[in-house]
Amino acid sequence: MSVASSLASLAAVFAQLSLLAFGGTNSVLPEMQRQVVQVHPWLTAQEFAALFALAQAAPGPNMLVVTLIGWRVAALPGALIATLGVAGPSSVLTFLAYSVWYRFRDAAWRGVVRAGLMPVTAGLVMASAALLIRTTSVDVGTAAITVVATLLCLFTRLHPLLVLAAAAALGATGLLA
Amino acid sequence: MPDAPAPPTLPALFLGFLSVGMFGFGGVLPWARRMVVEQRRWLTAAEFTDTLGLCQFLPGGNVMNVTIALGARFHGAIGAAVAFVGLMAGPVACVILLGVVYDRFSDLPTVRHAFAGLAAAATAMVLANALKIAAPLRSQPGGIAVALATFVAIAVLRLPLPPVLPAMVVVSTLLAWRLRR
Repeated sequence: MSVASSLASLAAVFAQLSLLAFGGTNSVLPEMQRQVVQVHPWLTAQEFAALFALAQAAPGPNMLVVTLIGWRVAALPGALIATLGVAGPSSVLTFLAYSVWYRFRDAAWRGVVRAGLMPVTAGLVMASAALLIRTTSVDVGTAAITVVATLLCLFTRLHPLLVLAAAAALGATGLLA
Repeated sequence: MPDAPAPPTLPALFLGFLSVGMFGFGGVLPWARRMVVEQRRWLTAAEFTDTLGLCQFLPGGNVMNVTIALGARFHGAIGAAVAFVGLMAGPVACVILLGVVYDRFSDLPTVRHAFAGLAAAATAMVLANALKIAAPLRSQPGGIAVALATFVAIAVLRLPLPPVLPAMVVVSTLLAWRLRR
């Protein structure tokens, strides 16, 4: 496939995901994986999970897995196109919506639609978690890390980077595999 | 309320969001709130909450949408673009650097093992995120049913998202509307 057509495919895939990502990138991970592993065989499922983990270790919004996928497919132009692709459509929508927002600030339907979106987002993010668990819980050790790290995230105020670093260090000892 | 602060200049907008992008690990939103409301006082807490309300209601990451909305509020389309580039420049550079380093060393067994641990913890972040979003549903049987149906459609049946999402949002919104009356 030529570079230009790779870039066009990247833009198309991520621009569509952009408009589906209610609740952020975490809610479209299964669809993203379907697109970049099955529809366009750019990565394996394992590579997808690896890039996702790498992106979590970087600062900034948690959509950076998109940047890494673009980079893997078409180097720097791919990284930039994929990032703009996933950011563009939702940003334009936000830009347009912000100006009319105040007109409807007390409208009852706003509360109803928000209440309607919430359970769907919950189901989608849970599906993303299930997908990642399937690829990252390769043995008892890694499954245990996921359980413990989840509890730490929910019930302590530990810095997420600290949790990620501790898990990586534990993995590096080789005791898990 | 003391006199309202002047709106930030374009360079200030850029630098403000640059700091949010570079220091926001895990959840970026608390950092954005701190910068916008407490440190630079571009918005009051109530204004920030209202802006966030809109952003949660639209597709796209919340922090990204807040960035676009604030850039637009102070300087229109140019402001939105400047704030966005500020937010993303540092993180994109960092993550590509991490990618280069990973590619270089991913064959070493120690790196592979460290990565298995890292990936397991990264998964935990998403799982914790899902549980936090789902927690308020405990008292809403209809909401639980919708969340479960969405989960099964995507995670078990592996249906494509483009048809599933609008269908579930319509069903769920009608349900919320009926309950409200």
